[in-house]
Amino acid sequence: MGLRVVTEKRVRVPVWLEVLVPVGAVMGALIAGAVLLALLGVSPLAAYAAMLRGSLGDWYGISETLVKAVPLTLAGLAVALSFRMQVWNIGAEGQLYMGALAAAAAVRFAFVDNSLVMFCLMAGAAALAGGTWGAFAGYLKARWNVNEIITTLMLNYIAIHAVDYFVYGPWKDPASLGFPMTASFPAAARLPQFFDSRVHLGIFFAVVFAVLFHIVFRWTKWGFEVRVIGANPKAAQYAGINFLRNAVLVMFVSGAVAGFSGMCEMAGLQGRLQHGFSPGYGYTAIIVAWLARLNPLALMGVAFLLGALLVGGDTLQVVMRLPLSSIQVLQGLILFAVLGAEYFLTYRVRFIRSVPDSPKEVD
Amino acid sequence: MEMLVPILAAAVRSGTPILYATLGEILTERSGILNLGLEGLMLVGAFTGFSVASGTGNAWLGIAAAFLSGCLLALVHAFLCITGRANQVVSGLALTMFGTGLSSLLGRGFIGETILGIGGMTIPLLSEIPVLGPTFFDQDPLVYLSYGLAVFLTWFLWSTRAGLALRAVGDAPRVVDAMGLSSTRLRYLYTVIGGGIVAVGGAYMSVVYTKMWGDLMTAGRGWIAVALVIFAIWHPLRAVGGAYLFGGVGALQLRIQAAGTSIPAPLLLMLPYVFTIFVLFVISVRKGKGILLGAPASLGQPYHREERD
Repeated sequence: MGLRVVTEKRVRVPVWLEVLVPVGAVMGALIAGAVLLALLGVSPLAAYAAMLRGSLGDWYGISETLVKAVPLTLAGLAVALSFRMQVWNIGAEGQLYMGALAAAAAVRFAFVDNSLVMFCLMAGAAALAGGTWGAFAGYLKARWNVNEIITTLMLNYIAIHAVDYFVYGPWKDPASLGFPMTASFPAAARLPQFFDSRVHLGIFFAVVFAVLFHIVFRWTKWGFEVRVIGANPKAAQYAGINFLRNAVLVMFVSGAVAGFSGMCEMAGLQGRLQHGFSPGYGYTAIIVAWLARLNPLALMGVAFLLGALLVGGDTLQVVMRLPLSSIQVLQGLILFAVLGAEYFLTYRVRFIRSVPDSPKEVD
Repeated sequence: MEMLVPILAAAVRSGTPILYATLGEILTERSGILNLGLEGLMLVGAFTGFSVASGTGNAWLGIAAAFLSGCLLALVHAFLCITGRANQVVSGLALTMFGTGLSSLLGRGFIGETILGIGGMTIPLLSEIPVLGPTFFDQDPLVYLSYGLAVFLTWFLWSTRAGLALRAVGDAPRVVDAMGLSSTRLRYLYTVIGGGIVAVGGAYMSVVYTKMWGDLMTAGRGWIAVALVIFAIWHPLRAVGGAYLFGGVGALQLRIQAAGTSIPAPLLLMLPYVFTIFVLFVISVRKGKGILLGAPASLGQPYHREERD
């Protein structure tokens, strides 16, 4: 008697499995990370304990986690929208930078001493700039089939250098002692912070947008069209769904949300535009979106977890002198593990006992 | 003309890491597997190459180690995408994140260190040809190796049985399986070897070109190589021209900067990325809507021999 492994495609995915797979994947990644830490001569238990204490151990840690969850949720939604349509927007990072750049331009050239008016101006500028950045790649993709993965990625580099051009050059604060940043914004161009912490107004919009995206995906015709194109572009074409219009629109909305998140990050936290203000939120957002299986509501929870990971990473840097890149390694491992674990969502693996004296099957 | 020679020679040198990466990715994509992890592979290759060369004092050992490190990382991608049938785009991104983080984590101790690396090697006679000689034949051994690799791959793809099988598995894995060859095995093989070649491109940067290790030193060259594969329509010889074109843009940008221009550095640094989009745009328009000549038909699609397409 021997054991035979049989894999078969699942017809339906049980709910418990849909939860178990990402949780198990994160666990697996943490274990792999622990091995790596041990190889580096760092005690993995001490490192993970420090991360947990730093991120969720007290109110300060939790509030910092929330602060990081805001851009991760918003940029994650941006990524999830385009991924649903199988348009691979890897450019959330660049759209985020463009949004912040445009909002900073609004503060510089169209300042109004009224918080509400200024917020609308900054949000509008950021959404328009991020949206244009995304729609450009979307149009090239839809009209001439220019690979959007590459264009959005190249646009990231261009956007980061564009911000650098301004903060090292014409917009640099003369009083900044050489640091590449603009002057501090006036109070009206900042987002209010709550709870005696750095948690800012952006958190409200992160939740609102997540719910809004959920409604759009679930109950609107447009959300349905996007899903159909993603699931089967040919069928979508036969159904008369316009690919060009949808691709441009999806990439515009995606870029606009990412741009908005860049504005929130800048106006809610630093209160000025500065070099490298995002530690790769646009890339981490890809993990957030994928881990949440592109579900907007689940995305908020995942963003919180990855926010905790980032805050924990800051703690690691201070306490154990491990660089931020160790968190990047962990992020890569998580994504690997999730991709590997997803196999069990599509396929069912069974062990079958093969009985020697059973009648042979006739083909 | 004489003034041009240093720029042309610099274009070849700074195009070489991109050329290795592009050739490796052509091999991988020809088998139907899309690997977007080039940036991570190159960085890990650059780190491995440098650290081994610095530790052993033997630069060639560094190059060999870089090749192996690339193979190993690409094996992860191969396992997830071929056996696990995972999304190849996302797996490639994971590879980039992991490789970028790992190289910068492990490379901390090597910043500021320099090595002897691999020096130049002038080829007699050939190097005396005006313009072409100093451009192409007054370089280092790895540059010559890359010429050989491009020619070899072209011959391999279109003149050998194994090359035919490789092209077939990228177009129609089902047919390859029906022929009695294992499409799974072929895809594993070429994804792994391709990853190794990409990593050598990274190692060229640290061991030969700069002779030092720098955090994130590839600066997007891996992604430019992904674009170049399309530019080259999956043909190794066209990749040579493309890589030197991009190498030329990079070399030119450095020269303008060194000459002390009034153009701000960030604007110059944008140049290669703007150029990449522009080139990609021109090819895509020329090829017409939706037609990707030369693209392996089943590129990026998970395949299972027991399921219907």
